[in-house]
Formats: sequence, structure tokens, C-alpha cells
Amino acid sequence: MIRFDQVTKLYRGNARPALNSVTLEILRGEFVFLVGASGSGKSSFLRLVLKEEVPSKGQIHVLGQNLGQLTSRKVPYFRRNLGVVFQDFRLLPQKNVFDNVAFSLQVIGKSKGFIQEAVPDVLKMVGLAGKTNRLPHELSGGEQQRVAIARAIVNKPAILLADEPTGNLDPATSAGIMALLERISQSGTTVLMATHDAGIVDQMQRRVIELVGGQVVRDERQGGYQTQAVPVQAFGTKPTTTAPTVVTP
Amino acid sequence: MRFGLIMSEVGSGLRRNFSMVVSVVLVTFISLTFVGAAILLQFQIGQMKGYWYDKAQVAVYMCTSLSTEGQCNLVEATADQKAAVKAQLESPALAPLVKNVSFQTHKQVYAQYKQQFGDTTGSDFVTPSFLPETFWVNLKDPSQADAVVESIGSLAGVEEVKDQRAYLDPIFSALNAASFTAIGIAALMLVAAVLLIATTIRLSAFSRRRELGIMRLVGASNRFIQTPFVLEGVISALVGSVLASGVIVLLVKFFVQGYLGSQAQDTPFIGLGDAFIVVPILLVVGALLAAASARVAISRYLKV
Repeated sequence: MIRFDQVTKLYRGNARPALNSVTLEILRGEFVFLVGASGSGKSSFLRLVLKEEVPSKGQIHVLGQNLGQLTSRKVPYFRRNLGVVFQDFRLLPQKNVFDNVAFSLQVIGKSKGFIQEAVPDVLKMVGLAGKTNRLPHELSGGEQQRVAIARAIVNKPAILLADEPTGNLDPATSAGIMALLERISQSGTTVLMATHDAGIVDQMQRRVIELVGGQVVRDERQGGYQTQAVPVQAFGTKPTTTAPTVVTP
Repeated sequence: MRFGLIMSEVGSGLRRNFSMVVSVVLVTFISLTFVGAAILLQFQIGQMKGYWYDKAQVAVYMCTSLSTEGQCNLVEATADQKAAVKAQLESPALAPLVKNVSFQTHKQVYAQYKQQFGDTTGSDFVTPSFLPETFWVNLKDPSQADAVVESIGSLAGVEEVKDQRAYLDPIFSALNAASFTAIGIAALMLVAAVLLIATTIRLSAFSRRRELGIMRLVGASNRFIQTPFVLEGVISALVGSVLASGVIVLLVKFFVQGYLGSQAQDTPFIGLGDAFIVVPILLVVGALLAAASARVAISRYLKV
């Protein structure tokens, strides 16, 4: 589904790579947490998957396509298979809930009939059925994030990328969002979530990929925010040079 | 559906950037007016050339007893010399170029002179023998006057061979200078228009950066994202072009035909037909320039 081969990402004017020779594979339907300190390369990873950035070295395959060979004309069509959610929601403030979700379908040329059917469905799924006419500023943070998630999944993407989706939310609201993401994952969507939220990661017990200074230091199935077990190497991964973080209970 | 969506985006973009759009309209309006004026001047030059060159003749002035110019030596041209000139004009070398030749004696030249300049000071002192006898040569192609000038000019008894087109050259070079000035101003203004359109489009894109970000994220095609901005530029430039076209048509109708036409009735002026040739040129130039500069501006803004 997502495969990184020796991917290195260097930003201009910065000698230290944001990602350093990262090799990993994420399979269909997996729920993956991407953890690590700020600046460890989580966001670069997500941006590379979206082809918002191109790697300095190495190859990235997403949904069977080699992103290095994807022409800029085809990038938009590729992105229609991905949904993205951000910490800051990124809703359009002058559009109501329905229009915010409908907008993402309008601009990729979906028919009015399709939009009239798909948008209420997805709003019902994220639990906003009664609030279709509200403007974003009339909603709570959790509700705004639900709108953003609805927008991301309304086109039934194969992959959902979430960049700290609970970063601005209180724990109770975060739990609601996580329950929603889990439901989405159960319907077969691959979910890749970058987060700082130790509580959520520990509670969910899903695959955890930890980045330190642009390198994968841990790739653990059913892991916590910090490791409690010997690191499990994923498909094709070279043994990591950095010692895994070990927590003393 | 998508067309409606694009048009509503265009409408909101134009409304949001109203003052910039007005400035784009004005700058394209003025620059294209100059472009149109330059083209009309060229038409006018062409028309006048066609008209006057047809009437222009080559004059062969024969020697008088008072002249030392050319081949003259204070001796009146003899009948033999006149016959030689006439023979040369009818020779196989020149005959194909010549439409017809007429000859004016001293008396005829004097009569014409009196008619034209009789009331000017000093004309009383002029006698027929002052004025040279003249062959008037009409050419089939006025631009070949040089051949006549060269082959007749050196014959005995010829004072001077004068191509009348030379009298018109200063007028045409003045008109040409005016039209090049107009083109120069137009070029400068067009550069300003192009830059202004690019700036306007970038502003418009900036004010809609949230929407643009989401469009790119959810995979709206580049063409879909760009089209509203390109149309925004094209529409505002087209408004300017239409205004410029209107001014050009009014200029020809009321200034050239109305005012100039009544002032100088024997001069041929361009008509509305010429103005209507200029109109589509202005519309196309305006639209193409706007589309190109908007396209460049927006694709630089959207570059990943």
C-alpha cells in the first residue's frame, strides 16, 4: 500500500536530513501510528506520501504507483485516493458543514446527485447529521475535526493520513475522534496517523513506527508510545543503528 | 455543474479584487487604444500612398536661357534636344514603364503658373521664358521613377528630372514617426498591463489560498484550479479591449471622418471598415496577453 525504499529527504539549507534512509512498508487496512519528537520527520513522511514533497533519494510507492514517475499532471488524480486530516482542521470558514464537505467533491467534478447522496451519509457516519447547516466557528473543536474527517473520507479514499488530528483537542474529545478513525480503519481504509498523544497510542495497541532524527528506530506491532518490547523489524528494514528507547516502568 | 462552479468562482474573484480589476481594465484599455491608433495610422499611410502615388508624375524640366543647372549652360533647349528626350521616353527601355507623356510649352507653363501663383508677390516679374518647358511623365508603376530620372537626367538640354513623390516623403515620414511613437507607448503600456494582470491574479490567489490548499489536497485537477484565475484575467482584459475598440470606432467616425474629412475633402481618409478590422485584433491581443500572463502567474503560485 505504502512502501518506502531507502528514502532520504534533505531540505535546502539544512545539512541534517529530515528523513534518513527510511525503508518500510505499510499494508492494506493497517492502522499505523507515527510517533516521534517534533522535527523527527513525521510530517515530512506524510508530505512525501502525498507527493507534496519529492524525496532527495530513494523511491516511494503508494497504491502501486511509483511517485517518482508520477507526472505533475497526474498528481491530482493520485491524491483523490488519499484523505488528509490536520491538527488545525483547515475548514473553509464561510462555508457551512455540508458545503465544506461538498466542496471537496465539487472540485473533483462529482455530480450534484452524487454529492446530495454522499455528503449526508458521511456526515451521519461522523456523527454530525444534525449540524449540516452550521458554520465552522459555531462548532466545537471536536466537531470541526469530524467535519474535516468527513471531508477526507467522503470520496472513499484507500488511505487516510492524519497529522496530529487530536493535537488541539481535550482527551475526551480525542477519544471520540479515535473511535471514529478506528471505525474508518475497520471499513478497510489504511490509516496513518502522526501523533504526540501517548495515551491514545498506548490504549489503541496498534502498529507504531517511531522516528528519531529522521530515522526509524522502532517498528512495533501492537506497540505503545514508548516501547515495552524488543523492536520488531518490519519488511525489508535494515537493523537500526540507534538504540531503541527503553522505558523503565 | 462544473462550468457553473467555475463561473461563480470567477465572479467572486472579480468582486473581491474589484479595485485591481478596475486598474487592469483601465491599463489594457489605454494600451490597446494606442495599439489601435498605431494600426489605423498605418492604414492611413497606406491609403494616402496609394492615392497620391497614383497621381504623382515625373517632371522633365528642359533648359531655359537663364539656367545653369543640370546640363544647361544659359542656352535654351533646342528642338533636337526635346526630340531626343521624347525619343528616349519612347525607347524600348522606358516605353514599358511609361503610361503617357505630355508636353507643356513655356506659354502653357506660364498660364498654369499664373493660375496658381498669380496673386503672390513677385509673380509679376516672372515671364514665360523663366519657366522651363516640361515633359510630364505618368508611370505605370510610380516606384520605378528612378529609371526615368537616371536615363533622362543626363541628356543634353535637360535641366532637371524631378520625381514628385519626393514632395510627399516628409508627410509620410511624419505619419510614420507618429505611428511608431504610438507603438512604443502601446508596448510600454502593454508591459504594464501584463505585470498588473499577473499581480492581480496572484493577489486573487492569495485571498483564496485556503480554498486552493484544499483543492490541491483533495485532488482538484490543475486545470480546474487554474481556469477561474485565467478567466478572471481574460474577462478584465476583454472589458478593457472592448472599451478600446469603442474608442477606436468613435475616433474614426467622429474625428477622422467627421472632423478631418470636412477639413480636407480631397484627402482620402480611412473609413469605419478599417476600424472594424482593428477591433477583432484588439480583442484577440487583449485576451491572449491576459490569458498568458494570468496562466504564468497562477502556475507559479501553484507549483509544488
